[in-house]
Amino acid sequence: MVELRGVHKSFGSLHVLRGVDLEVRQGQVLVIVGPSGSGKSTLLRTINHLEKVDRGSVRVDGRLLGYRQSGHRLHELPEREVLRQRTQIGFVFQAFNLFPHLTVKQNLMEAPLSAQRRSRAEVEPMAERLLARVGLADKAGAYPRTLSGGQQQRVAIARALALEPKLLLFDEPTSALDPELVGEVLDVIKDLARGGTTMIVVTHEIGFAREVADTVAFMDAGRIVELGPPARLLDVPAHERTRAFLSKVL
Amino acid sequence: MTLPEAPAPPRQDEERPGEVVTARHPLRWVAAACVLVVLAMVASALITNPAWEWEIVGQYLFAPSVVRSVVLTLELTALGIALGFALGTVLALMRLSANRLLSSVAWAYVWLFRSVPLILQLLFWYNLALLYPRLSVGVPFGPEFFDFGTMDLISPLTAAALGLALHQAAYAAEIVRGGLLSVDHGQREAAAALGLPPARRLFRIILPQAMRTIVPNAGNEIIGLVKGTSVVYIMALPELFYQVQVIYNRNGRVMALLLVAAIWYLILTTALSIVQYYVERHYGRGRA
Repeated sequence: MVELRGVHKSFGSLHVLRGVDLEVRQGQVLVIVGPSGSGKSTLLRTINHLEKVDRGSVRVDGRLLGYRQSGHRLHELPEREVLRQRTQIGFVFQAFNLFPHLTVKQNLMEAPLSAQRRSRAEVEPMAERLLARVGLADKAGAYPRTLSGGQQQRVAIARALALEPKLLLFDEPTSALDPELVGEVLDVIKDLARGGTTMIVVTHEIGFAREVADTVAFMDAGRIVELGPPARLLDVPAHERTRAFLSKVL
Repeated sequence: MTLPEAPAPPRQDEERPGEVVTARHPLRWVAAACVLVVLAMVASALITNPAWEWEIVGQYLFAPSVVRSVVLTLELTALGIALGFALGTVLALMRLSANRLLSSVAWAYVWLFRSVPLILQLLFWYNLALLYPRLSVGVPFGPEFFDFGTMDLISPLTAAALGLALHQAAYAAEIVRGGLLSVDHGQREAAAALGLPPARRLFRIILPQAMRTIVPNAGNEIIGLVKGTSVVYIMALPELFYQVQVIYNRNGRVMALLLVAAIWYLILTTALSIVQYYVERHYGRGRA
């Protein structure tokens, strides 16, 4: 489903990703943990081409993301193609990034209408269904600012789902939330995981990783240090760095 | 002898919590009285002095020639703002472009048109025929399809509208650019992550949010331009200010006619301020 090979990325002189290989199968839930600045978020952002990679390749569903390969060269795809690829990948931001001037329902309908050119008659009931699914059926006409952080993030998840993506990416979805609101967002994500959605979640919630992930990856200094089922990685980590990190957050 | 008792806790009436007595501000009342007296003096000076010639003001306020000149003032304002902001938006987008040439040209435009006084620019366009007696449309540096005499093409009205719009565009460009920059970067990312096409991103997501910053500044500019149109009197265009000058040069009622112009400018800018209030409310939706 997702395949990264030797991904490198630098911001100026800062080498953020130093050769990442990663594979995610259909229906798999991968949780990436690691200290701040380890490159987790950057890695996630390369998977929908919000960040271009400097070297290496990102494939989603067998297709190279953002580039077309001919021989040994990678040619950048025209923006229209990149946008079309992105509609198959849902992205949920740490800061929600809902459109504040649009109502909740308009937020959900915007991309299906304008990026996928689906009909309003089809999209509107779907938006209502998705809002019901995240428990916010009564907030369709509300503006995002009137909602709590947890509610906003649930809307953002519904907005990502509205594109009916093959893959969902979560970038620290609960880090901007008050502690008592974390649970409601994690519940929605757990529900999606049980439903068989393929997803990659960057998070600091180790408990959540243990409960939902089928694979946990530990990242440090731009590399994936180790990767395995939560019971193994979280309880009997093989690497010293993983142990050091876990002893701090657990 | 009894020991002094500890002071009883202040008794609170369960039904009626302590009433609040607001502090008095005697100086505020004195200041208010002073202002009232000054206002009364101003009103009296305006009303009782016959030299203001209020009946002449009333007589000319709705005179056909004055009303026509108000319409021309409005037309010039509308043209200046519409063309100015259209061009200004293009310039702002050029300025923010990753292409160095585009952003440099936009910067240079703003630099040039903000630096030269408006009145000078107007005279320049008005006298363009001195530089280029004929203008033509065709392939750049190639064959020409149409050919015009500059004097026929650029009437005083065109020169005025052009001058106001080009000058306005420089200011509009900066206002629009400021507005675009004020929108949170996360909004662009979210729109890109959702795969929205670039034009849709700009017009549906970014600009409506930028409008919150753009509208108050644009309001200033529009109101400035209503009054700024009075500069085109140098081109002998019968807008409001030129027209009242024509009338008072004929009948000598200088103050009365300046008052007519002042009242009209007040009416126009008041109307625009009201429009601005509603436009701001529209773009403020979704914000507490």
